[in-house]
This record gives sequence, structure tokens and C-alpha cells, in this order.
Amino acid sequence: MITAGIDMGSRTVKVVFLEELKVDGAPQLRWGVKGKHIMFPEDLDADQAADKAFEDALKGAGLSRDQVKKVVATGAGRKQVKFATSDVTEVGAGARGAVFMCPTAKTVVDVGAEEGRGVKANAEGKVVDFAGNEKCAAGAGAFAESMSRALQLSLKEFGEASLRSDKTIPMNAQCTVFAESEVVSLIHSATPKEDIAKAVLDAVASRVCAMVRRVGIEDEVILIGGMVHNPGFVQSLKGALGVEKVHLPEMPEYVSALGAALIAAEGND
Amino acid sequence: MTAGEKKEYWRWQETCWIDESKNWRDAKIITAGIDVGSVSSQAVICVDGELYGYNSMRTGNNSPDSARNAINGVLEKSGMKLEDITYVIGTGYGRVNVPFAHKAITEIACHARGANYMGGNTVRTILDMGGQDCKAIHCDDKGKVTNFLMNDKCAAGTGRGMEVIADLMQIPIAELGPRSFDVDEEPEAVSSTCVVFAKSEALGLLKAGYSKNKVIAAYCQAMAERVVSLIERIGVENDFFITGGIAKNPGVVKRIEKLLGTKAVETKLDSQIAGALGAALFGYTLMQKQGASAKAA
Repeated sequence: MITAGIDMGSRTVKVVFLEELKVDGAPQLRWGVKGKHIMFPEDLDADQAADKAFEDALKGAGLSRDQVKKVVATGAGRKQVKFATSDVTEVGAGARGAVFMCPTAKTVVDVGAEEGRGVKANAEGKVVDFAGNEKCAAGAGAFAESMSRALQLSLKEFGEASLRSDKTIPMNAQCTVFAESEVVSLIHSATPKEDIAKAVLDAVASRVCAMVRRVGIEDEVILIGGMVHNPGFVQSLKGALGVEKVHLPEMPEYVSALGAALIAAEGND
Repeated sequence: MTAGEKKEYWRWQETCWIDESKNWRDAKIITAGIDVGSVSSQAVICVDGELYGYNSMRTGNNSPDSARNAINGVLEKSGMKLEDITYVIGTGYGRVNVPFAHKAITEIACHARGANYMGGNTVRTILDMGGQDCKAIHCDDKGKVTNFLMNDKCAAGTGRGMEVIADLMQIPIAELGPRSFDVDEEPEAVSSTCVVFAKSEALGLLKAGYSKNKVIAAYCQAMAERVVSLIERIGVENDFFITGGIAKNPGVVKRIEKLLGTKAVETKLDSQIAGALGAALFGYTLMQKQGASAKAA
């Protein structure tokens, strides 16, 4: 059986296909996505964006629509995926996908564009507890993005710049709007960009860490969501969490979509 | 992307004004107040304790330059020189970076004093809605602050959020207020208070089929609810006066008045100059007390 998970985030749409195979008589799951995720295009509304992402992914995977038996949607815009057979919360989908990829990790940290959260999962990938940012964008990717703009660095340069700094500059502002002013003041006081980048990412990491601490930090942590692509953030987060092992999945932004496809395959939707 | 290619919808009107009916050369004491805020900067000149002229402009990325540019506008228009000013007081978040100021006073005290001048000495409650902050102030009949509260952690309910919405809707900021009333029925407030989230939520509403005007109305309502929760913690005592850039947005002001069940005192003056005006008035009081003739540095 082939199932699909579609994750409608605040900025991007991600699609994953999952196929159940029989290996030596036992059912096994194999996942893959050959179509790229698409940025939420400004000229498309949500259901068009979902359609486009799904069509692209089908084409990339060489599948036809009727081969896919079930589509489970997740993410902030999951209710807007009209062709989905059902939907699950992004917390549940993220945990399921993360534990599938890394069965030894029980603490899942998910940092996307507008959300940061810590999730405690059990061995089956079910959510035991979670804590996230609900009211404020501090501790999310949009915060880092805003600051990289203020520093006039691309997100890639921003993350790399941070790695070149060993300074610890505290950021006072938590609010994205205030922090932008603070970054501008730091630029004017001739603080090197790499030190500012590190200060920003340390601030995001410390904020995320405070959320994770509320659910408890276990030895093995898996980090999912788009911020995994920012090596500076990963470094800052490792320091803040103070754990030996932080697993970084290969396609971190697809983990929640994978989780949704898994939940569909397992009939837990 | 250059400024020429993209229209800057957030840009509000910069103003430079002097009172042509007054001749500053006849004045005994000339004082100035410079309010370097996070988003806007104002310079106000008072002659013998009366408003003479002001300049209101966008704060640049350097406080001393913003202060100089602000005062230069009024000086040029009136033919005055910096040396003609007896005493200068800086206020606002950049107040310690006004190179030619003799003294710095917090914007809270200055806004209360300015509101007292603009709205009369019956003003007891002041709501200052600025570019990045929002303050509820209570004062006595002299304009002296007796209590205040401010948002120090979050920019929700501030002018910056309104600028973001103007850009998102591609509608000049001054039109947002009037357009917010052009709706069939008043929508629910945008649920997010965070400026970052509200932007996404506004975009989502547009995609869900809300008209631009309806989204603007929902955002104005959210801002009004946000500042009302702040001001209610301090208590509203009449008269009630609103200062800061957002006071020029009827979409927010009328909704605040409705929520509070009281009308704000109207003024013909620019609500954005209250802080700088208060600073200039403090300077005048100080000079009167000293009877001195300090000249601007």
C-alpha cells in the first residue's frame, strides 16, 4: 500500500510517499520523496499550493494519484488540504516521523518557520507531552530569518558566520521587532557580524531549550524542522541543551510529512 | 530591490511646521525638545512656553544624526540658529544620544507633560502608541506622572505592526484606518498578537477570501483589544488622551473608544509630537526657575 503525508507549514508544503513492502514475509515500510517541497507561493492560495505540491511530488515519484490509497495532512494549514483523507496535528506527526527515523530518541525538538517546540515521545512515536511557542515568534525560524535580513546575510551565510564566532553576547530582546532594533544597534556599535549572528542563534536556541526543558530533556534528542539546515543554530542548541547526542535527520523538513504518511499506513489517523 | 521599484506603503507623512503668527525674535526663552524614538523622531521648539514649531520624521539608523536632522528642519524653516535656543532636552529611547541636549528626560514624563498641554490640564489618562512601544500613563493636573505601564517584551499593538500590515496589503498606511470601516460587518479580531504571526494570519485571511478592508478591520480590532488590556490595568480616568503615531489611525482609535466606552480628547495638533513638546516645556519650566541664560552647546 502506498500512503502520502502532506505537511502544510506556514511557509512551505512538503509531501512524502510511503510504501509498505514485504521483506521475507514481514511488512516493512520504505519512504521516499522524489518531488521537492515547494515554498508557499504568494500568488497561490492554500488549496492550490497543496495541489501543486502534491502533483509535483507524484510526478517526481513516478506515481499516479489513484495509486496513493490514503493522504494524511498535517501542519498549521492541514484543514485546507481538500484532497486529504484525514488529518493529524503537527505535534503528533512530527513525533511519529522522528521516532521512525531515530528509534532511540525520545525527545523531539521541532523548529520550523513560525514554531519551535519540544515533544516527549514514547517508543511508538506517540506524544506523551509537548511545549511550544504559541503567542510569540521568538524561538522560531522567522526570528532568525528576520535577523539575517537585518544583517544583510543570506540564511546560509548567517548560519556559517555564527560558527566563526566564539563570543557570547546576550540579546535582551525576545520580540522579533525589538530584536531587529537591537541587531541594528549592535551593527552600529561595530560588533562583527559573526558575533551578532551567534548572539541571535544563541538566543533562539535558549528560547527553544526553555520549551524543551518543560517536557524534560532525555539523553538522545532528535532535531527536526527547517532550522536543522542552519549549522550555527544546531551548534547553539547543542550547547543550550547540554546533551551528548543530537540526531540530525537527512531531510529534516520532511519528518512531519513522513509521520503523517506513517500514521496513514498504520491506520492510526 | 531598490526603493524606486517597490512602493513603501508603510511611509507615514513627515511634517515640518512653524507658527507664522509668532516671531521667535521677540521671545525671552526659547527651548527645544528632541524625541528620538525607535521609528520616528521629532523636534519641537517652544517660545516662552508656547508651541512654535516642530519637525517630525523617520528615525534614521543613527540617533545623533536623527536628532540633528529633526531640529535642522525647524531651524531652517524659521531662520533660527541652534545658538538661539536657550535650552534643549532630549527624550525617547535615543535621548542620551542627542549631542546638543543639555539634559535627558524619560519619554513617559514628557508624553504626560505634552498631553497636558495638547489636551488640557483635565487629562488624567494617556495612551501613547508609538512605533515600537505602547504605554498607558496616569498623571495629575500638572501633567506629572503618577503611574504607568508599558509593553517591554513584545511589539504587539504598536505602530511597527501597522506598518507591516500596510506593506502586506499594499495600501498606504494613512488609508488603513478609514478603510477599516468600509466593511459589511465587523470581523473578529486577528487572534495573534505577535507581529510575525499576525502577518501570516492576515495573509491566511486574505487567502480564505476576506477582503483587504476586512483584514485591516480585524487587525485594527486586535490592536485596540491589545492596548485596551494594557490601559485597563492602569484604569481609565477622564480626560483620556492618545499620543503617538497610531493616534492618527481612526481605525484603531475609534475601536479603543468603543471598547473603553469613552471618547479621547481631540486635538488639532500632531499627536506624534507630544513627547518632544513635553521635553521643550520641561526646558521652559527649568529656565524660568533658574532665570538663567544657558545657551545651546
